[in-house]
Amino acid sequence: MNNQLVQFAYLASAVLFIVGMRNLSSPKTAPRGNLIASFGMLVAVLATLAMSEVVSYWTILAGVIVGSGIGTVLAVRIQMTAMPQMVALLNGFGGGASALVATAELLSYVRRGVEPVGVVPIAIVLGLLIGALTFTGSLIAFAKLQELMKGAPMVYPGQQVVNAVLVLAAVALGYLVVTQPFELMPYYGLALLSLVLGVLFVIPIGGADMPVVISLLNSYSGLAACATGFVLGNAGLVISGSLVGASGIILTKIMCDAMNRSLANVLFSGFGAVDQTAVAGAVETRTAKGYTPDDAAVIFMNARSCIVVPGYGMAVAQAQHAVRELSDLLQSKGISVKFAIHPVAGRMPGHMNVLLAEADVPYEQLIEMDEINPEFPETDVALVIGANDVVNPDARTDKGSPIYGMPILDVDRAQHVFVIKRSMNPGFAGVQNPLFFNDNTMMVFGDAKGTVLKIAEAIKNLS
Amino acid sequence: MLENPAAALTIFVLAIFVGFEVIAKVPPLLHTPLMSGSNAISGITIVGALLAAGHEDATISTALGFVAIVFAMINVVGGFLVTDRMLGMFKKKKKPERA
Repeated sequence: MNNQLVQFAYLASAVLFIVGMRNLSSPKTAPRGNLIASFGMLVAVLATLAMSEVVSYWTILAGVIVGSGIGTVLAVRIQMTAMPQMVALLNGFGGGASALVATAELLSYVRRGVEPVGVVPIAIVLGLLIGALTFTGSLIAFAKLQELMKGAPMVYPGQQVVNAVLVLAAVALGYLVVTQPFELMPYYGLALLSLVLGVLFVIPIGGADMPVVISLLNSYSGLAACATGFVLGNAGLVISGSLVGASGIILTKIMCDAMNRSLANVLFSGFGAVDQTAVAGAVETRTAKGYTPDDAAVIFMNARSCIVVPGYGMAVAQAQHAVRELSDLLQSKGISVKFAIHPVAGRMPGHMNVLLAEADVPYEQLIEMDEINPEFPETDVALVIGANDVVNPDARTDKGSPIYGMPILDVDRAQHVFVIKRSMNPGFAGVQNPLFFNDNTMMVFGDAKGTVLKIAEAIKNLS
Repeated sequence: MLENPAAALTIFVLAIFVGFEVIAKVPPLLHTPLMSGSNAISGITIVGALLAAGHEDATISTALGFVAIVFAMINVVGGFLVTDRMLGMFKKKKKPERA
């Protein structure tokens, strides 16, 4: 195929991506949007295969078969609760691919003895740096989410200084590569350094800040693809890559706003690690009142309305189906049930929505924070399942609290609050939650799934 | 097509803005599928991988291209499939039959 024609095909695929993503704005059109976007990808791949430069098809065929096979198995097997680590992993592969493409292009320039000119050497450096960093950073995020390594932030003295020095070293190596592209040692040094930086950037970030990290890595994988677009002089790649970059940036900002923290604070503060000692020092004198599922059932029998507030604990316990059953039961008793979704509940943007959708909770019942908050005072029961920091009233009132200013769900304003929790351990932020000691709060200790099922059972026995 | 750096930069900046406009309309409800779907799109780097692996003679670039194809295809196929799976769950369902 004429290479000019191929460029038009790339344009078509970029347009298909944009149209596809536009369709993601409503649950009704979203499946079609995803289909349109994947068709765009098919167009891009077929157009590339038709290019005159591509002559050896066996390597390609083998790569496509192996990659598609692994991708299919991952996508079909993965549990919905494990979606954050799945997205992290896929991000990593995308970033890794971009770094490899940048490297292959540079080596090809060297082999042909042609010096890369214009933006190409800079793009090669950026493609490698961002791509490799995304690769290892995503693998660490995956390991943390999969609990292959501890989710707690790993901090050590001088961490910021070490990182700053390494970034400067990366800039210096990048400069060497750009000015003397045929000297490969600086390039390999940069490759190694980028891989190390990816690890170092993610280890100080704690589990509950993962929504930010995943959004940011998503953005990086797009920007890395964008850089390879500049390397190849391919406008289609540049457009598609920057689309993804933009989407990641927006999600990152939404996540940061939802925690009232700056991106710099999320990335560099080691949030959740430093506070632990301070909390250990303060002796808790108040006692939270523990109740049984039967006590909870009695309150439910006299309730007219209930708002369920799910958190990461629901995902860990795989309790979404049990929660749906309880919700159905309550509704059959004439109690209205809504779900309040905090933007950073869970480990990635929209995590709770996916789990509840999997459990067949109609999405009309899932209400965003700003919309549901005014309803709490008129609500009989707020049922908090495995959420902690996002319902901590200190965020509204206590200026000294590390989470002060974070928008929260106002569950404490409901008539009764049930909190299902495994123990009194503080949440991720390492701060105690005064909600647990309020007069209208009933703590029901236990695993989220088991406790929800017991409450449902108790309600059935009462009626 | 992108020989001119200014033209390339123009495309880049405009595409970022298009991205902002399109994505700002996606409700929080669909943020996870948005993420996995856009993630799959970032696998567009497959184009570069195909070019690297498809060169006439087998070199180290070809080998890197092969690995890049595998990585990018995992990203693309895994991303689109898992997004489709998720979006299927958001479809309106008849009253579920589970007890």
